Amino acid sequence: MATAPGTIADAPEGGAELRRRLRRSLRWQKTRALLLIAPLLIFILVTFIAPIADMLFRSVENGIVSTTLPRTVAALAQWDSRADELPGENVFEAFYLDLSIAVERKAHTRVGSRLNYESPGIASLFRRAGRALTEFDTGSYRDHFFAAGEAWGSAEHLAGLFEDPSASKLLPETANAFRAWHGRNAGRNRPVADYVYVSLARELDAAAAGNELDGLDGPHARSLADAAAGVGDIAEISFREAFVEASEGWGERDLWRTIQVFSPRFTEGYFLNAVDMKKGLDGFEARPDNERIYGVIFARTLFMSLTITVGCILLGYPVAYLLASLPLARANILMILVLLPFWTSLLVRTSAWKVLLQQQGVINDILVTIGIIGDGNRLIMINNQFGTIVAMTHILLPFMILPLYAVMKTIPPSYVRAARSLGASSWTAFRRVYFPQSLPGIGAGCVLVFILAIGYYITPELVGGTKGIFISNRIAYHISSSLNWGLGAALGTILLAAVLILYWVYDRIVGIDNVKLG
Amino acid sequence: MKLKLVVATATGALALAGGPVGAIDLTVVSWGGAYSQSQINAYHNPYMEMNPDVNIIHDESSYEAVAKLRAMNEAGNITWDLVDVVAADAIRLCDEGLAMEIDFDNMLESAPDGTSASEDFGALIISDCYIPQIVYSTTFGYRTDVAEWEGREPNSVCDIFDLESFPGKRALEKRPINNVEWAIHCTGVPLDEVYDALGAEGGLEKALAKLDTIKDDVIWWAAGADTPQLLADGEIVIGSTYNGRLFSLIEEKGAENVKMLWDAQAFDLDGWIIPEGLPQDRLDATLALVRFATDTQRLADQAKYISYGPARMSSAPLVGQHATLGIDMAPHMPTDPANAKNTLIYDYKWWADYRDDIDAKFQAWLAK
Repeated sequence: MATAPGTIADAPEGGAELRRRLRRSLRWQKTRALLLIAPLLIFILVTFIAPIADMLFRSVENGIVSTTLPRTVAALAQWDSRADELPGENVFEAFYLDLSIAVERKAHTRVGSRLNYESPGIASLFRRAGRALTEFDTGSYRDHFFAAGEAWGSAEHLAGLFEDPSASKLLPETANAFRAWHGRNAGRNRPVADYVYVSLARELDAAAAGNELDGLDGPHARSLADAAAGVGDIAEISFREAFVEASEGWGERDLWRTIQVFSPRFTEGYFLNAVDMKKGLDGFEARPDNERIYGVIFARTLFMSLTITVGCILLGYPVAYLLASLPLARANILMILVLLPFWTSLLVRTSAWKVLLQQQGVINDILVTIGIIGDGNRLIMINNQFGTIVAMTHILLPFMILPLYAVMKTIPPSYVRAARSLGASSWTAFRRVYFPQSLPGIGAGCVLVFILAIGYYITPELVGGTKGIFISNRIAYHISSSLNWGLGAALGTILLAAVLILYWVYDRIVGIDNVKLG
Repeated sequence: MKLKLVVATATGALALAGGPVGAIDLTVVSWGGAYSQSQINAYHNPYMEMNPDVNIIHDESSYEAVAKLRAMNEAGNITWDLVDVVAADAIRLCDEGLAMEIDFDNMLESAPDGTSASEDFGALIISDCYIPQIVYSTTFGYRTDVAEWEGREPNSVCDIFDLESFPGKRALEKRPINNVEWAIHCTGVPLDEVYDALGAEGGLEKALAKLDTIKDDVIWWAAGADTPQLLADGEIVIGSTYNGRLFSLIEEKGAENVKMLWDAQAFDLDGWIIPEGLPQDRLDATLALVRFATDTQRLADQAKYISYGPARMSSAPLVGQHATLGIDMAPHMPTDPANAKNTLIYDYKWWADYRDDIDAKFQAWLAK
């Protein structure tokens, strides 16, 4: 129904009108097409694109440290992690405040778990410190404010104070600390927690030093000025000593180094971990030998997926050929046999392979009975790579046979007959005429089988033993057991990248246009 | 059966379809199989009989509870009300703020003699968020008809490492927990010092070196049902699994040539957590169910259906006979004095800290 644009332009009368109507009708057609695919588009966006984007983001996201410990992160920025000394008292004081607020919000163990991924032992340091905080000898701070005026002991007074924008602006961190306390304890008639006073003293001291209190007016100016007087003389305690007394681990530089290294909002740490590396003092370094696993498992996953794909071609090609050349009635019966495994639960099929392949299993029993092997030398065929490759080849075989069959069905038998009548041997006819025409089916089958295999998880878990596990098994561990979703996401991202690269290579070598699903 | 087994996705629809007016649906998550059935028989059925307005929906997702609870929490839509998890998972959930803190003495029933709940559970309270329910153990089963053993039977966990007296394939769990403890114990460390020894410099390497001596003869299992199957088929001669699985193989299925080795059995807990952030009405209903399901009698009742020991001290004298076999259950409990002569007390806090690190090293060792 194409109308050449020239004809419209040539029409002297009503040309503009016609053009307009054509545009409108084309636009309507486009909208209709878009509306038709809209459900699918939205579905793919929500269930496919968005989760992948989320995964990519999680593999670098590290906001938890800086949002939970903002004061500490700021104070630690000044600390030279190469120096022989622990961070200064200001870092410990900031950490005391951050941790107290985190305990109030029950976030301290979460940040502890996050850092535990990088340096084992931190989780329980945070857990223990969360309990020890209330034992810190912080009475002198509280006493100072109580002496400055009774009102300072009342939560209502403090709540009123921090509703005043000028006070909140002058003492932002204390306002934040007080709100954390107030959120959990409002109306419960409890004394205001000490960390609020520690924060107040810290900020008032700084404000007084900067003469910021002078210009202050409003209802609270007086009381703040009173409290600020002598705030520098409070008998300060050493938070460093208090922490080290609670757990010796707080006196180790490596711990603070870990917090410092993992304080930015985004981190490459998960990716480093996923390629068996870590961030050391002098940039990236390889992990010690006994912690390197992912490289080996990635290589193994690729190798086994390739082997399984080749196995599927070798087994699937003859079956598909037979299917395509048999009369329809018999082909249908054969087709049911091919499809039967599809209708059986994956777990059942995998368990069946166990029964067949194990040392006391069917195959070994038969071999022993007919005397091919002795009872003492039964073959080990399961819980290793061999078992995984056999079970997965079987499971993925239909994905190779079906596209091959679909392509072979379209190859006219007369071509081979023509080749034969022109003198080609049956092998030559197959090699030069039939096989090249079936290539698109092999291509499609390979892509399907390989991509399915590389992400396989259940079968390797059940029959893989120690050497037959895939990278997906580690991803599953990190998603569901260790809750280290960042590392799981990084491993997943690398896997995705590997598949995309292989797809690109495949496209260059075979050409993706040369793939047919039927 | 009045119960409906409904998958998680259907719970929302069911809540809408609702029963009688004012009825409330509670989704209780557990492990499935015989274990869930024992909970249904001992807790849920009696509770629903007493409270017709409560409908308990069973979900068998405990295997992935930690990840799912986090996902629900991030999505802000908690669809579970009560979740059965092992202790290590409970600690993680508590740390992540995904499980609610429990006020033991106020939320739970006291023992019949008036002992407070926190005293009755005693040392088994290993986290602020976790109500222990049963004690189970990971222990060994072995075949008694191995010709090469010439009538010898293993009586120590270290016989696992003795390939000369006890040749044949062994099954161990495909994770470091328990295995490294047994291994370091068998290098000559007393059971109550294994965690100090493992934490010391080179400790883990020593344990892995011990495991190296049998590595070629080990089949690593991932599911609790593996070892009983491997034992029954004669694929292995000795293997670790949960004591309830071995009970089921030996007593319920009558495998006569399989026996249990209780030495150095590793105790662990299974119990309830309540997800953080439930709406008040569901929270109240859940707390009422938990109060009932964790009282002294109910915990003892569960032992009729499965051979796991009740977590309350006051429940132990009430443990009776198996519901269908009619045999006394007490001798099959891991906590029975005859079985618990030599036990490994699992250190949850230690594993919470070092699990990921050791798991990485263990997997690296396995892959070698």
